[in-house]
Amino acid sequence: MKRNAFALAVGLIFGLGLCLSGMYEPAKVTGFLDLAGLWDPSLAFVMGGAIVVALPAFLVARRRSAAWIGGAIDLPAAQAIDAPLVVGAGVFGVGWGLGGVCPAPGVVDLGFFSAGAAIFVVSMAAGMLVYRAAAGRRLPGLRLLAQDA
Amino acid sequence: MHIDWAHFTPLSALAGGALIGLAAALLILGLGRVMGAAGVVAGALEVHDADAPWRWSLIVGLVLSPLVARALWSIAPPAFDASWLTLAASGLLVGFGARLGSGCTSGHGVCGLARLSPRSFAATGIFMATAFATVFVVRHVVG
Repeated sequence: MKRNAFALAVGLIFGLGLCLSGMYEPAKVTGFLDLAGLWDPSLAFVMGGAIVVALPAFLVARRRSAAWIGGAIDLPAAQAIDAPLVVGAGVFGVGWGLGGVCPAPGVVDLGFFSAGAAIFVVSMAAGMLVYRAAAGRRLPGLRLLAQDA
Repeated sequence: MHIDWAHFTPLSALAGGALIGLAAALLILGLGRVMGAAGVVAGALEVHDADAPWRWSLIVGLVLSPLVARALWSIAPPAFDASWLTLAASGLLVGFGARLGSGCTSGHGVCGLARLSPRSFAATGIFMATAFATVFVVRHVVG
């Protein structure tokens, strides 16, 4: 219960950050991604602000073994820059550029009762399930385990 | 390169970014988990996983956030200009790519860079590059 309440608060703060920064708006994201047009650098400032705040927390987390609410601190162990990482990130970027939406803003936009967001999120979940099915069948080129970054 | 001064919002971008960083900091120290939205959604789909409940809770927090944001600030609803077909294709690629590549904008672009992970630097560089290229093709070649 405590874990769920904590995670809900984290989701709220995360979503408030996406709303305040304007990143819930696809046009704001494509404004950043369109280098050849009129360029809006805001997204870089969002990432910068987030990294400056999160970096010390990850430094502390590296030295701790247990989380505040119990359980281990689970930091990704993978190191290799391998084919799944490269291809996956490449495919992700194409999708991100097409719609101007990535996973968290897509979910936040459901809270605006946006039909476009619903289509995006359902398709995104389908894409994740396609990956799981493909990885489960060990299709060539797909590695079984994708550890979360 | 021409800066879009009319839409450039450095202060709210920094402040919103700081909130996103705060959320990531709380999740790693409080629950011991990296805040990657794609991982949270994909994990929530594993309904029998012990981590599914907190992931659904985080998703509920994300979905409720516009209610709070609209009470605090004047925020217009998002405009989805892309066609439904484009959005569906975009969602499929984002979902599949994020799983294959082990992360998305928040997992690699925020948490991974904040962890100084070389894998995440590579992933962020690559998805930024293909996103720039995609928007260039859609807006300036095809469009």
